[in-house]
Amino acid sequence: MPKLTLEELAKIREKTKRLTTIREGGEYRAKVCVHMGTCGIAAGARSIMNALMKELEERALGDVLLTNSGCAGLCSREPMATVEVAGQAPVKYVDLTEKKIKEIFEKHVLGGRIVTEYALGIGSEKTDF
Amino acid sequence: MRDLSLHILDIAENSIEARAARIEIRLEENSDLGLLILEIIDDGVGMDEEMANRALDPFVTTKTTRRFGLGLPLLDQAARAANGRLTLESKPGGGTRVRAVFELGHIDLKPLGDIAQTLATLIMGHPEVDIIYQHKVDRSKYALDTREIKAQLAGLPIESPEVISVLKKNIKEGLDQLRRENEPRQSH
Repeated sequence: MPKLTLEELAKIREKTKRLTTIREGGEYRAKVCVHMGTCGIAAGARSIMNALMKELEERALGDVLLTNSGCAGLCSREPMATVEVAGQAPVKYVDLTEKKIKEIFEKHVLGGRIVTEYALGIGSEKTDF
Repeated sequence: MRDLSLHILDIAENSIEARAARIEIRLEENSDLGLLILEIIDDGVGMDEEMANRALDPFVTTKTTRRFGLGLPLLDQAARAANGRLTLESKPGGGTRVRAVFELGHIDLKPLGDIAQTLATLIMGHPEVDIIYQHKVDRSKYALDTREIKAQLAGLPIESPEVISVLKKNIKEGLDQLRRENEPRQSH
């Protein structure tokens, strides 16, 4: 059983103090959802997730929600991820690589600029007309 | 799927689709029996007998986004390729148990892959779900239980990037140690 050492715990506490207040307020800068169906996993979705986890850790970001979901029905375009910057329409990105997702993270998640060349469609997830 | 850790992630995602609150993943490498045993047990909605019987058919899925469900058939295929088999126990409201048995050392046994990445992905993607991982190699054991980790964190979110990073390191070290403890004493 992994025991978190007191030292590790104190460090984590200090680092996350600032970040959790943002989370409790329910305000995220952006949400990123990696599609983790069988098709996605077989095509490399876990390495996309891993690249995103690294970005969050290296940049010490606590206001970006990273999650995963199932198959979106476009198995041939996996790995896929949906990026939703607060107040903007969600964007689905397809045929991802670690390099592409890093670029998307920098430009779209942090910079608010959609990377149109990797996007499948914009606003395609809205169904509540 | 390139390795077993990806199959594990895939089957655990099925459990999450089935609204599991707890997923147990058990791996046992037993050299006395010459078997690798993988069990994934969840407390999700489960399946009735008819669905469970059809779940290994690739042309069956509960999903409406597409007409195929390949996760279980692919694991079944991986087990068969390594002279093993997959069994499924499930009942409505009673969760699901997937058990895949492989012949240890079989030339077509897929490598284990990166368990730390699989567990980190599950915890990050679904922090509300409890993940219990147990890995035995003969008489040595490694275990991780997110319920205990959550208790230690005392309210800090387990999906914080810092926590995930510490956990990943811990899992990697734990499994490396498991491997070292069971290295054959003599080389030939």
